[in-house]
Amino acid sequence: MSDKEFTLDDLMRILREGSGDTEEPPGDPAGVEFADLGYDSLALLETSGRIEREYGVTLDESALAEATTPRALVELVNEHLAPAA
Amino acid sequence: MTAIAPRPAEAAPDRGNPGPVVVTGIGVTAPTGLDAARHWAATSDGMPAIGRITRFDPTPYPARLAGQVTGFDPAEHLPGRLLPQTDLMTQLALVAADEALADAGVRPDELPAFDMGVVTASSSGGFEFGQNELRNLWSRGGKYVSAYQSFAWFYAVNSGQISIRHGMRGPSGVVVSDQAGGLDAVAQARRQIRKGTGLVVSGGMDASICPWGWAAQLAAGTLSTCDDPRRAYLPFDAEATGHVPGEGGALLIMEPLEAAEARGAEVYGEIAGYAATFDPPPGTGGEPGLRRAIELALADAGADAGDVDVVFADAAAVPELDRAESAAIGAVFGPHGVPVTAPKTMTGRLCSGAAALDLATALLALRHGVVPPTTGVRPAAEHDLDLVTAARPRPLRAALVLARGNGFNSALLVRAAHDVHAVHSGAH
Repeated sequence: MSDKEFTLDDLMRILREGSGDTEEPPGDPAGVEFADLGYDSLALLETSGRIEREYGVTLDESALAEATTPRALVELVNEHLAPAA
Repeated sequence: MTAIAPRPAEAAPDRGNPGPVVVTGIGVTAPTGLDAARHWAATSDGMPAIGRITRFDPTPYPARLAGQVTGFDPAEHLPGRLLPQTDLMTQLALVAADEALADAGVRPDELPAFDMGVVTASSSGGFEFGQNELRNLWSRGGKYVSAYQSFAWFYAVNSGQISIRHGMRGPSGVVVSDQAGGLDAVAQARRQIRKGTGLVVSGGMDASICPWGWAAQLAAGTLSTCDDPRRAYLPFDAEATGHVPGEGGALLIMEPLEAAEARGAEVYGEIAGYAATFDPPPGTGGEPGLRRAIELALADAGADAGDVDVVFADAAAVPELDRAESAAIGAVFGPHGVPVTAPKTMTGRLCSGAAALDLATALLALRHGVVPPTTGVRPAAEHDLDLVTAARPRPLRAALVLARGNGFNSALLVRAAHDVHAVHSGAH
């Protein structure tokens, strides 16, 4: 498995690349709902696809649906990146 | 009858019969210009915009010319978030809709959401977007296909994106009917307004100048293979050898005349009459349906042939189709009986955008009192047409726009703003 860590900055970069967003969100977005940040379900589908491609992981769909904030999604990705115990 | 009352701010008021339906805003994204003013300046000056394809290398293809939209940077006009999820045709449609709304003086956020609709025509859908994602699928795998492919390729996406951008949640849809789409969409918009919707964005837009789209267009077998931009698309000329495709189109703001006047909006003209007909089955030898479409559209408008001051031709540039069109025009108006023009000789045929752009051009012609020219054509005597080959200034009361698909016909009469009242008060 990869030993890369997935950070909030990585996520925000991928979100911007996938959605075409040009602006940084005001304040700390980690705990803000994606919907409140202006990302709809398609933007998140595009984002998870890009994460899977870049980090070589396969994210569980129902877990993805429950990760409704950047912090939760970063944690989810890192769980998949962690070496199997 | 009882019903749950919708929120007042969202509800469409009950208007009964709204009377004449008029156009109060025009937006153009076309090879001839990226707004209505530039399009009209180029068109009335007879400045063709056909050239060799630059979007991809056309060398290996039998047809190599197109009317391309040039100098268009979507990022200059649209928010970044719309770019990764839209094909070029949708970007062109969104920009044209913005222009049309601004031209009409309409602020959608001030109007009830369910009182505004969007009815556009598109026949290709987002072809280049789809081409790129299919390439990703087959060369890199399914994980590399954009999530936005789910709608970006779709015919209805222009209506959908305009609806979302401006919060227009009233009756909406898409019409897929080839070159006739622009007229058929506007006719559907008029129906919705007559049924009570206060404002509809309507028109047509297509843009598929990419290898996949080109292969589809070539399959029709009616593209000109001439390499000389001045000689490639010559409707009603003895040298007619098919058409040059183009991209772009126009969007219009339509509303009841009464509403336009109540808010002091400037009116371009009335969507006064419309009809669509089918041709008889191939090989049965019957007369094509275009003449009937013209007669039915005039009847729908309560007009007769003498009321029409200019005809915007479909202009297929396939000899047999040109003959059928000039015969239909001759049967209704008599030989050399009405000025006929085909400004699409400057842009090529824009598929769903073609008739929408002709309609926009016709409305601008009515306003300016100038018939824009057909460029490059030496009219063949057999057609008996008064084909306008140099801009012709003259007062114009009404224009008839013709469009044909493969086996079907549409005709739409627009009446100049200054004539709408005269007609509807019975002065004619």
